[in-house]
Amino acid sequence: MAAPLPDVLAERTPRTGLPGFVVRHPSIALGGALVLLMVLIAVLAPFLWTVDPTAIATANRTRAPGALYWFGTDMLGRDIYSRVLFGARVSLTVGFAVALLSSVLGLAIGLVSGFVRWADGLIMRVMDGMMSIPPILLAIALMALTRGSVQNVVTAITIAEIPRVSRLVRSVVLSLRELPYVHAAVAAGTRAPMIILRHILPNTLAPLTVQATYVCASAMIVEAILSFIGAGTPPTIPSWGNIMAEGRALWQVKPFIVFFPAIFLSVTVLAVNLLGDGLRDALDPRLAKNL
Amino acid sequence: MLAYVIRRVLSTVPVMAVVALFVFSLLYIAPGDPAAIIAGDQATPADVERIRQSLGLDRPFLVQFGDWLWHLLHGDVGTSIFTNLPVSTMIAQRIEPTLSLMVITLLLAVLIAVPMGVMAAWQAGTWVDRAVMAFAVLGFSVPVFVVGYLLAFVFALELDWLPVQGYTPIAEGIGPWLRNLVLPSIALGCVYIALIARITRATMLEVLQQDYIRTARAKGLGPGGVLFLHALKNASVPIVTVIGIGIALLIGGAVVTESVFAIPGLGRLTVDAILRRDYPVIQGVVLLFSFVYVLVNLVIDLAYTVLDPRIRY
Repeated sequence: MAAPLPDVLAERTPRTGLPGFVVRHPSIALGGALVLLMVLIAVLAPFLWTVDPTAIATANRTRAPGALYWFGTDMLGRDIYSRVLFGARVSLTVGFAVALLSSVLGLAIGLVSGFVRWADGLIMRVMDGMMSIPPILLAIALMALTRGSVQNVVTAITIAEIPRVSRLVRSVVLSLRELPYVHAAVAAGTRAPMIILRHILPNTLAPLTVQATYVCASAMIVEAILSFIGAGTPPTIPSWGNIMAEGRALWQVKPFIVFFPAIFLSVTVLAVNLLGDGLRDALDPRLAKNL
Repeated sequence: MLAYVIRRVLSTVPVMAVVALFVFSLLYIAPGDPAAIIAGDQATPADVERIRQSLGLDRPFLVQFGDWLWHLLHGDVGTSIFTNLPVSTMIAQRIEPTLSLMVITLLLAVLIAVPMGVMAAWQAGTWVDRAVMAFAVLGFSVPVFVVGYLLAFVFALELDWLPVQGYTPIAEGIGPWLRNLVLPSIALGCVYIALIARITRATMLEVLQQDYIRTARAKGLGPGGVLFLHALKNASVPIVTVIGIGIALLIGGAVVTESVFAIPGLGRLTVDAILRRDYPVIQGVVLLFSFVYVLVNLVIDLAYTVLDPRIRY
C-alpha cells in the first residue's frame, strides 16, 4: 500500500451552476443571452414604449433620433424605434422557422439517402444540382414567382438550405452505419426502421443542432437581403431589410434610418453565430480548438 | 490522369442538367399562377394569357422543357418580358462590372485572408490569433450591405477619399476603374475573408504539428520558410477547396453590393428584373452564375493534382 501523496496542489474547486457554465462555455452564454434578449424584444414589442409601427405622420418626416423619437422617423414619419422592435419578429420568425423546417426535411432526406443505397445516387445528384445554385439566387428566383409574404420567404430560403443539411446528415449516417454497434444491431436482427430510429438518429442530432444555428443565422441575412432588394417581405410589414430598403434613397443625408436596423440585424446574427460556435465546441471537442 | 480529367469533366454534365431542370421547374413548382403574378395586379385576362403563352405555361411540361433546353444548348436563354431583348444580350451588356467586382474581390480576399490565417495559426493562442478569430466571427455576422454602407459613410462621405457610388469601365483607365471598385470589393470580401482565414488557420494548425515541420525548423529554416514553403503548400488543398465553395457567397453578395454602390452589373439587372417580375432574365442570370460556379469548382478539382502530387487518379 503506497503512502498517500503529499498535498502539493491546491484543492480544485470546480465552479458549478451558472457562473461555472459561463466560464466553461462563454460563447454559448453570451450568444444565448443575446438571442434570448432579442426574443424578448420581439415578443414584448408592443409593451416596450412603442407606437404603431405603420402609423404614417407626414408632418414628422425624417426626424433625427432624439427624446421623442429614440431612433428618429423615416420619410413617412413612422417611428423607427417601433419599426425596428417589431421588425425583430420577422427576422426571428424567418430564422427559427427556416432552421426548424430545413433541419426536419434535411434530416429525413439525409437518413433515406444514407440508408437506402438505390435512392442515394439519385437524391445526391439532385442535391448536387441544387447546391450549384447560389442560395440567394435560388431564393430570388423563387420569390420572383410568388407574392411577397413571410411564409413564402420562409419556403424559398428553406428550399435553398435543404441540400446542405441533407448532405451533412448523409455523411454522418454513412460513417455511423459502419460502426460495430450498428453491425451488432443488424446481426441481432433489428429491422432497418428501428436501427435508424434508435441507433442512427440520436447520433445525428448533435451535428444537426450546430448546423441548424448556422442555417438560422444565414436565413436571417438572406431574409434581410431579399427584403432589401425588394423580393422579400411586403413593404407593409416592418422588417429590418424593409426599413433599410426604404432608407436607402436617403442614406447619405439621413444615415440613421439604415443604421439602427443594421445594428440590430448584425447583433442578432452575431449572437446566433456565437451560439453555434459554442455548441460546436461543446458537442464536438475534437474540433473545438481548430476551427 | 487523362481518364480522370475526362471523367471529371463529364461528371459536370448531369449536375448542369439538374440545375437546368430545377431552374426551369421553378415556374411549375411555385405556388399560385406564375403568369398572373408576373403580369401584376392591374393586368387584364388577355395580358395574363399572353404571358402564359410567352412562358410556354400553356404547353405540357416535357414539351416545353425540351424546347427550352434545345434553345439553351444553342445559347438562347429566352427573351425578356419587359424589354423584348434576348436575355443573353442583356447579360452581355452587364457582365463587365460584375466580373470586375468579383475578380478584384477574389484577389483581395485571398491576399488578405491567407496571410491572416497563417499568422493566426503561427501565433495560436495569442492576441493575434484571437483578433483574427474575432474578425472571422464578425465577418460572418455583419451582412454585406451593412459593411458597404459603413465603408461608404466613413471613406467616401466623411473622409472623401474614394467615390461613394458608381462604376467606371476599365476602358477608361485602370486607375479610375480601381478607385470605384475598392469599397465594394472590401464590403463584398468580408464574409469571404472570414471564411478563408478560418479554414487557413485550421489547416495550418494541423500541418504545423507534422514531423517534417519540426525537421525543417531543426535544420535552421526561418519562420517564413517553414510557414510558406513547407506548411502552406501542404495546407493548400482544403484552402483552395473553400475558395471555390465560397464563390457562391461572392455571387450572392455581388447582387446586394451592386445595389448599395449603384454598380450597373448583373446584380443590378437581377434586382430590376425582380421589380418588373421579368422572370426570363432572372432565370438567365441564375443559370449563368450556377454554370460558372460548377465550372470554377471543376477547375479547382483538377488543380488538386498540381497542388498535391500525392493525389493520383
